[in-house]
Amino acid sequence: MTDLYYGFGRIILSIVLAMCLRIMPLPPELAMLNPDWVLLTLIYWSLALPERVGIFHAWTFGLLTDVLTGRLFGQYALAYALVIYICLKLHKRLRQFPLLQQGLFVFFCLLLSQLLLFFIKNLQHPAQLHASFWWPVFTGTICWPLVYTVLRFVRLRKRN
Amino acid sequence: MLGFSTADEILAIKLLFATGPSINTRLLVAVLASTALLVAEHRSHQLDFLRASLSFFIDPLKYLVDLPSVLIEQASHSVSTYATLQAENQHLQEERLIRQTQLLKLEALEKENIRLRALLENSFKLGEQVLVAELLAVNTVPYEHIVVVNKGSRFGVYPQQPVLDANGVVGQVFRSLPLTSEIMLITDPNHAIPVQVNRNGLLTIAVGSGQLNRLVLPYLPSNADIRPGDLLITSGLGGTFPQGYPVAVVDDFNAQAEKPFANITATPTAKLDRNRELMIVWSNSTPVPLTTKPATATHD
Repeated sequence: MTDLYYGFGRIILSIVLAMCLRIMPLPPELAMLNPDWVLLTLIYWSLALPERVGIFHAWTFGLLTDVLTGRLFGQYALAYALVIYICLKLHKRLRQFPLLQQGLFVFFCLLLSQLLLFFIKNLQHPAQLHASFWWPVFTGTICWPLVYTVLRFVRLRKRN
Repeated sequence: MLGFSTADEILAIKLLFATGPSINTRLLVAVLASTALLVAEHRSHQLDFLRASLSFFIDPLKYLVDLPSVLIEQASHSVSTYATLQAENQHLQEERLIRQTQLLKLEALEKENIRLRALLENSFKLGEQVLVAELLAVNTVPYEHIVVVNKGSRFGVYPQQPVLDANGVVGQVFRSLPLTSEIMLITDPNHAIPVQVNRNGLLTIAVGSGQLNRLVLPYLPSNADIRPGDLLITSGLGGTFPQGYPVAVVDDFNAQAEKPFANITATPTAKLDRNRELMIVWSNSTPVPLTTKPATATHD
């Protein structure tokens, strides 16, 4: 009855939902603040179920996010794989942390991802950077408790 | 009795001892693979096929996200009153009458234009085909002006195709996927469009400013013959945009004393932030062949 793919549907569904949130239509001012929901979801699952969500999953969903947002192929894949690697390395310690400290960790994860994206964008063609490029890092950190609570509820709902 | 309470824990233990490449190896493979992809796509367009096939999974999401706005629009249509519909109908009929009168002379003018160009031994580019595409209410990248429409390469849409709306040039197709295509607006900071001043034919380039209501003309000297209110139309140079479509209206001209170029801004005529319907244009790539010279033009 238990197999490797137990609970996999929920994970996939939550990530698909995160992708929808990623491209939801918003007024331009709010769109600047729209955090990287896909990465937040991946971080949660990699901390909660590290034996199910690994680097290859992150890489695959990164590739799909590249297609979703029309970016150069492989940049989200690279960023997500690296961030999830760090999460997997530290997941045992991070689970013990209070939400505030976890938030700090998530902040650095999002920052790392955004830095990589910026680095790749700059390699492509040097562009002047608008400060709003970094706002999703902060809003993402603010949204972390929400993502954590919702996904925790999703994960534990059918346990008993 | 091993003391495992849930099936989940057994699974966790099972997976703990599962064999497979270590996490470091996995990371290395992932990094190498994405770097290879990045380099491959940056150098050439060989990955378009991969992107197109992945987009079959992803593009339905765009339609899904667009669904609420479609429903809201339909709902607002279905609850509009008889009076508003009647008023709208009357307005449209009046508008149609005006447009028709304007069109009356167009055909004659077009023929005349072809004849005159024949006199100049010049070829004439005739009519463009258009495809109406609808904007999908999705927001891919906030800091770039790229919109997604619901017509893709299955309708024959190809990159660099010009896109218009009823009031002027909107942008060009940036990438065409099977089910959708991405359109770069003329106001995107990475976009430039060759234009000419309608009044005197002065050629220049209009560059996107990153604001939806602003174009910049950075390559005109301070003594250029251009003033606020001038209409900028496409010049047809560069080959992407067909000649003669309105692009923007100049709204500010500032001569800068110390610098070689003036500071000129213009407002796009197309309603970039309000339109839902766009027109993707196929310009006739082969010009109409020269008509034979009219008898009056030859003297022997």
